[in-house]
Amino acid sequence: MSGAVLSGQSLSVRRGERLAVRDVSLAFEAGQWAAIVGPNGAGKSSLLSVLAGLRAPDSGIVTLMGRPIADWPSRERGQRIAWLSQDGAADAELAVRDVVRLGRLPHLGLFGAPRRADEAAVDDALRETECDGLAARRLSALSGGERQRVLLARALAVRSRVLLLDEPTSHLDAPHQVQLARSLRAQAQGGVAVASVLHDLTLALMADRLVVMDEGRIVANGRPADAALRRTLAAVFDEAFTIEAIGAARWAVVPRM
Amino acid sequence: MAMPAVTPVPDAIARRRVPADAAMLAWGLALALLLLIAAGFSVGSEGWSFDWAGDARLIEQIRAPRTIGAALGGALLGLAGAIAQGLFRNPLADPYLLGSAAGAGLGVTLVLAAAGLLGTAAGASIGAAAATMGLRVGLVGAAFAGALAGVALTLLLARGAGRPMVLLLAGVVVGVMLGALSDLLISFSPQALRGRQLFLLGTTAFLGWPNVLVMVLVLGLVLPLSVALSRALDALVLGEAGAISLGVDLGRVRLLLVALMALATGAAVAQAGLVAFVGLVAPHLVRRWAVVAHAGLLALASLAGAVLLLAADVAARSLIAPQELPVGVLTAVIGGAVLLWLLWRRTEAET
Repeated sequence: MSGAVLSGQSLSVRRGERLAVRDVSLAFEAGQWAAIVGPNGAGKSSLLSVLAGLRAPDSGIVTLMGRPIADWPSRERGQRIAWLSQDGAADAELAVRDVVRLGRLPHLGLFGAPRRADEAAVDDALRETECDGLAARRLSALSGGERQRVLLARALAVRSRVLLLDEPTSHLDAPHQVQLARSLRAQAQGGVAVASVLHDLTLALMADRLVVMDEGRIVANGRPADAALRRTLAAVFDEAFTIEAIGAARWAVVPRM
Repeated sequence: MAMPAVTPVPDAIARRRVPADAAMLAWGLALALLLLIAAGFSVGSEGWSFDWAGDARLIEQIRAPRTIGAALGGALLGLAGAIAQGLFRNPLADPYLLGSAAGAGLGVTLVLAAAGLLGTAAGASIGAAAATMGLRVGLVGAAFAGALAGVALTLLLARGAGRPMVLLLAGVVVGVMLGALSDLLISFSPQALRGRQLFLLGTTAFLGWPNVLVMVLVLGLVLPLSVALSRALDALVLGEAGAISLGVDLGRVRLLLVALMALATGAAVAQAGLVAFVGLVAPHLVRRWAVVAHAGLLALASLAGAVLLLAADVAARSLIAPQELPVGVLTAVIGGAVLLWLLWRRTEAET
């Protein structure tokens, strides 16, 4: 039953003069939450946008459910992959509910009228992210953290097979970061292939799988329980911290002062 | 466990409240529009007169087309402004950005200069320009064609509508180039200067039934089509990549919306000249009062634009009657003041 929902083979992505992603191959499986970590400029966002089909890789191929992603009609691709960007739509004057309903756009197309099932998906996504009280507010009137939750709700409302999130915890306070991690785990347990770029390493170590990137390459890819992987992780970040075990399959990242 | 019982309440309020604001604004604008139309039928160069039966001929031939034309021109500009601001995700975008204004200006200057060279007296004064019907039609046609050509040239220079920043820059370049060309023409045939200046200021004084017909047709085409495409503008709120991730065929939709915007702007500019600020301010007015998605914004901005330009037209006719003010000067003053007020309100709310 398992197997890769979304995979990339020998992906390279050029960004201006330099190669942001160099010959990367990886696969995401249904029911698994993968966290992608690495220093700034490691190529995480570039990799994610290529995997989401937002731009073509300069070389290599992305495969969604057994078919090259370029062969998918854009709406059908949009129904299967939800993507959450790094930068929020800070100045949007739309109502929160209208923003979340955009998640139904790949299902409805530009001209279809939302049906009951679509509104139900919107309601669920609002509840899941604790945004139901914000539904009538303007997006631009929210705090950064509230906005980030609304945008997450927008991504959840797609009800996609794959969920790709680029730094979804930015602007979130600690309780909502934990809430987000729980949502991602719940999504994975519901059969979604989840991949998130994360800056918070303690949070990332809660994921089912850790993909460590450095200078455009994947330098480690495996379970957080793997001691070698954790050593690579610390090395990639110049040993700025140690990773302490705090119980069975639990780790904390402690800065070296 | 009390949570599930509580959550439906704010949600239900949410669903009711959002359209309520928009509906109230729509009714308010519609009422204002009706009152202004009545005012437009009643005011002329000899002041106010509410004897509509007695003035029937005057109303039918002059005041009605002018009044309705001003409302339609304003609606087209408000609509084009709302499209522009959504398309470029910039609240300061206005419909004249993409070379349409300069293109229309060049078209008008060309016709005026040609008329001057042909020895017609028409280029010399406003009255004469209005008198020669052939020239009027030529001017309107040239402005329309010029506006569309200006946008086409901008699209050509930017190699399509794919990169908004490049598109905006190309619009600036086209504006400067075509403006310079107009100036060059003027330097060879100075008698075209006055007509061109009138066009640049914007005027509703010469609107007749044929102008109204053109604008009705264009509004009837552009409004429903742009509303149909409005979800793409909603999606653009999430950024270009966000819209693409939702399966929006951004390349095609953006080109279509630019074309619709050019059509609406061209139609308005051709009939009424470069009326300032209406396209910029109308969408802001709507957003100030209602939280709406782009479908509502486009429709309400049309209505707000109609109210703005018609209000300016009525004021232009009545303030210093029997003399008349150029309507563009009034929209610039009113629109500018409204924009400033909106910005101040906003900064106050933020600090």
